[in-house]
Amino acid sequence: MNATPISDQMAPDFLLAVEGLTVSFDGFKAVDDLSFYVDENEIRVIIGPNGAGKTTVLDLICGRTRATSGSVKFKNTELTKLKEYEIVRAGVGRKFQNPSIYDDLTVFENLEISYPRGRGVVGALAFKRDRAVKERVEEVAQTIFLADLLDQRAEFLSHGQKQWLEIGMLLIQDPELLMLDEPVAGMSVAERKKTAELLNRIIKDRSVIVIEHDMKFVEDIAHKVTVLHQGKILSEGTMAKVQADPKVIEVYLGH
Amino acid sequence: MFMGYSLGELGSIFAMQAFAGLILFSVFVLMSLGLAIIFGQMGVINMAHGEFMILGAYMTYLTSQLFQAYLPSLNGIYFFVAMAVAFVVSGALGMLVEWSMIRFLYKRPLDTLLATWGLSLIMQQAFRSIFGAREVGVELPDWMMGSLPVTDTIEVQINGLFVMGLTTLIAAAVYLLMFRSRWGLQVRAVVQNRTMAGAVGISTERIDRYTFGLGCGIAGIAGSAFTMIGSTGPTAGQLYIVDTFLVVVFGGAASLAGTIASAFTISQAQSTMEFFMSGSMAKVLTLLVVVGILMLRPEGLFVLKVRR
Amino acid sequence: MTPAFTLRAKDLIGVVILALLLAVVLPLVLDPFRLNMVGKYLTYAFVAVGLVLCWGNAGILSLGQGVFFGLGGYCMAMYLKLQASTPEATKIQSTPGIPDFMDWNQITQLPFFWVPFKSLGFSLLAVVLVPALFALVLAFALFKRRVGGVYFAIITQALAAIMTILIVGQQGYTGGINGITDLRTLQGWDIRTDSAKFILYFVNVTLLIGAILLCQFVRRSKLGRILVAMRDKEDRVRFSGYDVASFKIFVFCFAAALAGVGGAMFTLQVGFMSPSFVGITPSIEMVIYTAVGGRLSLLGAVYGTLLVNWAKTSFSESFPELWLFGLGGLFIAVVLLFPNGLAGLYRSYVEPRLGALFGRKRPAAPDATPAPAE
Repeated sequence: MNATPISDQMAPDFLLAVEGLTVSFDGFKAVDDLSFYVDENEIRVIIGPNGAGKTTVLDLICGRTRATSGSVKFKNTELTKLKEYEIVRAGVGRKFQNPSIYDDLTVFENLEISYPRGRGVVGALAFKRDRAVKERVEEVAQTIFLADLLDQRAEFLSHGQKQWLEIGMLLIQDPELLMLDEPVAGMSVAERKKTAELLNRIIKDRSVIVIEHDMKFVEDIAHKVTVLHQGKILSEGTMAKVQADPKVIEVYLGH
Repeated sequence: MFMGYSLGELGSIFAMQAFAGLILFSVFVLMSLGLAIIFGQMGVINMAHGEFMILGAYMTYLTSQLFQAYLPSLNGIYFFVAMAVAFVVSGALGMLVEWSMIRFLYKRPLDTLLATWGLSLIMQQAFRSIFGAREVGVELPDWMMGSLPVTDTIEVQINGLFVMGLTTLIAAAVYLLMFRSRWGLQVRAVVQNRTMAGAVGISTERIDRYTFGLGCGIAGIAGSAFTMIGSTGPTAGQLYIVDTFLVVVFGGAASLAGTIASAFTISQAQSTMEFFMSGSMAKVLTLLVVVGILMLRPEGLFVLKVRR
Repeated sequence: MTPAFTLRAKDLIGVVILALLLAVVLPLVLDPFRLNMVGKYLTYAFVAVGLVLCWGNAGILSLGQGVFFGLGGYCMAMYLKLQASTPEATKIQSTPGIPDFMDWNQITQLPFFWVPFKSLGFSLLAVVLVPALFALVLAFALFKRRVGGVYFAIITQALAAIMTILIVGQQGYTGGINGITDLRTLQGWDIRTDSAKFILYFVNVTLLIGAILLCQFVRRSKLGRILVAMRDKEDRVRFSGYDVASFKIFVFCFAAALAGVGGAMFTLQVGFMSPSFVGITPSIEMVIYTAVGGRLSLLGAVYGTLLVNWAKTSFSESFPELWLFGLGGLFIAVVLLFPNGLAGLYRSYVEPRLGALFGRKRPAAPDATPAPAE
């Protein structure tokens, strides 16, 4: 981390620099000339009404959707040119909105597949389930409250447990930037509390971008909040500043 | 290879070749329309599509036999009755198949493919058992025989013209039905959001059944039209299935206009190449080019960029 | 005993039972003619076993496996044909020393792509590599562009059609609709005798058992689990840092190479190769072998192949017109009623009873009852 983004000499060492990011589908600009910067160890929450382009922003960063124009720099590497798996290997992890796990595999196997070794064809054929792998899987399983269910087929987990499992699959990759899309959506109150606790533990030592609707949850964890509206940034800053912004109130409370 | 032809003769050859291409185009469009509806709108692969066409052809054959036996005086119009019979029989069988088989497999498209292949084998054998293994042909009414001289050296067959006219009519009818009628609106609504369509009171099951039936019925009409330009055998359906699927996929599965454009491209390419090389090599080259383009542009030639 | 160990032991027992059946029981009870027929069926089992990995595990349905079977078979047939076309054996031709069908088609020189097939070593390599390379080109183009599911199935089917038309049309180079026939010797060893057929049967069984063990190794490796994971949630695998396409390419090429070996063994045991094993119909029939056996079971695929072919032979002998009804019904029934095929039936009905017999609890197999792939 010694290079500095040219476009912003004031603040050094951004982990992620999004500049002029635009994507249009059939002429409709889902994300429009978006720029924001995420520091190391920062927890950034993106909020906004439905259709504001929140999930699309994550899609653009992780390469699921290709940008029409603009740039996404992660540790000064341009991500918009990379393939998805290269972006992951560069250190960006992404959790999907609906729990995205492998139903037919056990919890152990789900985690093992995410273990960052043997990712090529030959590597995967030669992959051995050695002590290091087992220990790491067990350690992560402990963190995500699934230590007793390692041999369970993932299909039979509860909704909340599936969300945790996917978070665990990201943890085992140890990404420098973690992107979570509505991690507590559809959870019971108890699960929600446990998840907040889990997130608070895992967000140490890495930067996190979270999309979330639950304002109490946002208040608890956010360092900085970005409000999106119709593909553009409406407001950005601390939770208190954003909540006081008349433009935000207008969008959320109506006309 | 142009040695020995005068310029005028060459022009005539190209014109006749283009006309042959237009007939092939009509055939492709007729075959593909039904499939484009079923595959494009429902995402279902019906491998028995060719057999539904052959069913229509056999229905036409039966009707012509009946007219010859009992109503020889009305022989000039039997074909219109036959088309209706073909549409109804193929469509009804299609709805039966949807009800008994397809509806259980909507979430398993690859399995649908295998099951409908099984259906196609059963239909083929049924045709063979009922109508015999030999190819059958219908007797064209007098007004459809012969050809119209356009110039001294160019003439066009009336049955070919008839098939082209028929194709235009059917394509227009399908367009109106899918994009200008309330029913078509419901079909498209179900395609785009099944849950929501159900929630606003559209019976998605009924829409599925009728859509599938319509696709099969159009296949029946296509088969009926085939009898005008060729004979029918129990396994003739299989010959067309690859072409038909490629036409639909090449055109971009969800677009009717794309299907027609792609039918035009493929048929013209094939009939033009047939002039320069053997029929089998023309076919191989055409198919290879289509597959090659699909490799480069898998979403088909005529689709807009949409959000994934 | 960990579940994984039990599974491995169970798999091995299954392979041993199959090996005993094929290598001991059948040769003892069948006459040479029937045994050769089983040998022919078993060459299709190579395709079926490959499809278990490709379709069952990875969810890639290829309707063009006949192309790879045929490529392997033709590579072998070209070598054998050149062996049979010595200048002495063909001296009545206008151009001696080239295959007879070329001579009939007024070809006067061995085409360049036939020349390397004079060497046995090259031909054996080609049996595996030609199908695999062909599959590589196709898979690379399609999977890198994320073509999958029914589109992939349709394109592979189109290729099967193209290949047939090409082989039939290019009679002078391929032998046309009749294929490459009248094959006699392999390095001077007459393959038409009963004893040669007997030996080839055992070669075939050995290769098949080897192929099954190899597939088991692949399935037990992390790669096998990645294939299953991809079938479930392709995007999750991609965003776990894997190049999804390369895994699909691998498994498709692997299945193609297996099919090629099967084709070569077919040529050796049956004595000819023709386009009727390449086209749409044989290709999709090979899928039904796997489906009947159970798309997730390697051993099931072998039994499915034997069963369907046995039924086909007996029906075609006595009630030829019923066979297509039967086969068509089989396609529908296996999809609608038994999506996990024979192996699924075995696991639900036979195994629990066996387990009770030996007083053991049934281990939870990870691939026992997954939903059929889409």
